[in-house]
Amino acid sequence: MAKTIIEKIWEQHIVFEEQGKPDLLYIDLHLLHEVTSPQAFEGLRLNGRKVRRPDLCFATMDHNVPTRNRETITDPISRKQIETLQENCDEFGVPLAGINHPDQGIVHVIGPELGLTQPGKTIVCGDSHTSTHGAFGALAFGIGTSEVEHVLSTQTLWQSKPKTMEIRIDGDLGFGVSSKDVILAIISKFGVDMGTGHIIEYTGEAIRQLTMEERMTICNMSIEAGARAGLISPDKTTVEYLRGRRHVPEGEAFEQEAERWLSLASDEGAKYDASLSIHALEISPFVTWGTNPSMGSGIAEHVPYAKSYEKQADRDALQQALDYMELEEGVPLSSIEIQHVFIGSCTNARLGDLRAASTIVEGKKVHPSVTAIVVPGSETVKRAAEAEGLDKIFLEAGFEWRETGCSMCLAMNEDAVPAGERCASTSNRNFEGRQGAGSMTHLVSPVMAAAAAIEGHLTDVRTFMKEAVPTA
Amino acid sequence: MKPINKTTSVLTPLDRKNVDTDQIISKEFLKRIERTGFGKYLFHHWRFNKDGTPKEDFVLNDPRYTESEILVAQENFGCGSSREHAPWAIQDYGFNVVIAPSYADIFYNNCVKNGILPIQLAHQEVDELIHKGQQNPYRLDINLEEQTVVGEDGSQYSFTIDPYWKEMLLKGWDEIALTFQYESQIAAYEEKQFV
Ligand code: SF4
Repeated sequence: MAKTIIEKIWEQHIVFEEQGKPDLLYIDLHLLHEVTSPQAFEGLRLNGRKVRRPDLCFATMDHNVPTRNRETITDPISRKQIETLQENCDEFGVPLAGINHPDQGIVHVIGPELGLTQPGKTIVCGDSHTSTHGAFGALAFGIGTSEVEHVLSTQTLWQSKPKTMEIRIDGDLGFGVSSKDVILAIISKFGVDMGTGHIIEYTGEAIRQLTMEERMTICNMSIEAGARAGLISPDKTTVEYLRGRRHVPEGEAFEQEAERWLSLASDEGAKYDASLSIHALEISPFVTWGTNPSMGSGIAEHVPYAKSYEKQADRDALQQALDYMELEEGVPLSSIEIQHVFIGSCTNARLGDLRAASTIVEGKKVHPSVTAIVVPGSETVKRAAEAEGLDKIFLEAGFEWRETGCSMCLAMNEDAVPAGERCASTSNRNFEGRQGAGSMTHLVSPVMAAAAAIEGHLTDVRTFMKEAVPTA
Repeated sequence: MKPINKTTSVLTPLDRKNVDTDQIISKEFLKRIERTGFGKYLFHHWRFNKDGTPKEDFVLNDPRYTESEILVAQENFGCGSSREHAPWAIQDYGFNVVIAPSYADIFYNNCVKNGILPIQLAHQEVDELIHKGQQNPYRLDINLEEQTVVGEDGSQYSFTIDPYWKEMLLKGWDEIALTFQYESQIAAYEEKQFV
């Protein structure tokens, strides 16, 4: 019978199953960070339990770390949390890329980079954006701290089999359209809870043409569509990305693994519990105007009118969002002035993202009323970008070039947008106060963020790109 | 984990959909390394003005609901971040039961693992409860064993819940201790995978 990749991975990981119970699933890779792990380690200690498979764990510090001066963490509670992870990893023998380690970075950036993330694996982390790793055809999902403790002590999880959903993206992406625009358009079209109880597989021509980094951007935001996880069947692009990475096998063993990976792809004719589709032509450079990721539109549009919604509840939600965002109905999106630009986060801070953004800012200057920062997703990304001179391009344009970490994506460290100010951000959440109490977030792609930095307001990056490309 | 079966209290009507875990517990309170003490930070930015005074129009600041153990909200409750600090804050504040038309998956799991009962009712039923609760303090009797919600005016609702989660909540199981009973299966799986 034709099977989806979701069913194949699920079946391969069942340790125990019984009618009327969730399945006991084996976990191949457990990623950890400083915010959602301390209480789990404490639980182990209280009960005299061990980490069953430290060799299948990998930890890093990302949420709290300062991006300016690594040596002094001024907030004593942040420092305590970072030290606690260090102590816990030492005590329980968990491998750690600590704050000054050359592999340190955002947990969802370093997993793939190190080759820890591989097709067919079950991957969990106490972090909802674990869905990022699905880009490799892994079953990767976020868990809470109790589940972190459960995986640490048993290397398994009780999971009810979720439903499957296909989202097909047909056609070729248009000029100036990024994978960020694709996922924002999908969430805007189908809503923030369209994926609840489901694992999404993204399929279609448009997906096949994307690089691994671009695929990660899409899978990353599956959680913003309410899905448990999002993934993409592995193909040649996946295999080539992984070849030569530190934690994958070498030589003949790699070729054998690659073959196994490719065989995991969903079979022709496999059935999903739900199927949705969108045509690439429907997607243009996107921005959000509201307080959840579905509240967005193409840059040429305007803030919606309440009368365009049928239900009173939707009109109320619109009003609540606009009150918070200090916006009126009907305002053209390209007229919204911004004071901050953040290029960073596990959604869009990989080398390809920084390269793309740099082509927009090269030779230009950040608008005088804008503070713009680039926070590379990992130390590895940072080194690679510097080797290409991207840091110079950003610095000359007036961006700040920072150390790695989650930074302004959630503003747990000192990188926050002040109350009442707006940020064009390449991150994944525009919730109230996400980037700092009272701050207002507009989610965009890296090139759209770069263009906004130059103009001082949200703007259509395609006009920049036409300028940049000399006409024949 | 404390077992939970019956709860009787007035409900707190939070008439919002897509309430995300960033609102339930804001990031500035995630730095603590303990599991306890998050209740005072629940819905911080909705509950308090910048100067720390309570916002009068926010439902948690309405004295009629001070003793409430049941939070009722609209669909997709608990979306966003996986932070378990959200259910910890809800529980520490004093809520044992949440009622909504739908939940984000991770949040739902996190509730169950902490002995909070997340009840799913139909949209219309939730609207009804919120409406009644907004007008006057409205008391509910919750019974997990029976899977029922009974209002003080006699209105009856029933809900479904996965039998495994139900048993876990009723018995207050330590899930890890339970899983240790499957040690031989786990070892056999590892044997097969890692040779
Ligand atoms: S970059 Fe943002 S979304 Fe990603 S792991 Fe860090 S805080 Fe979470």
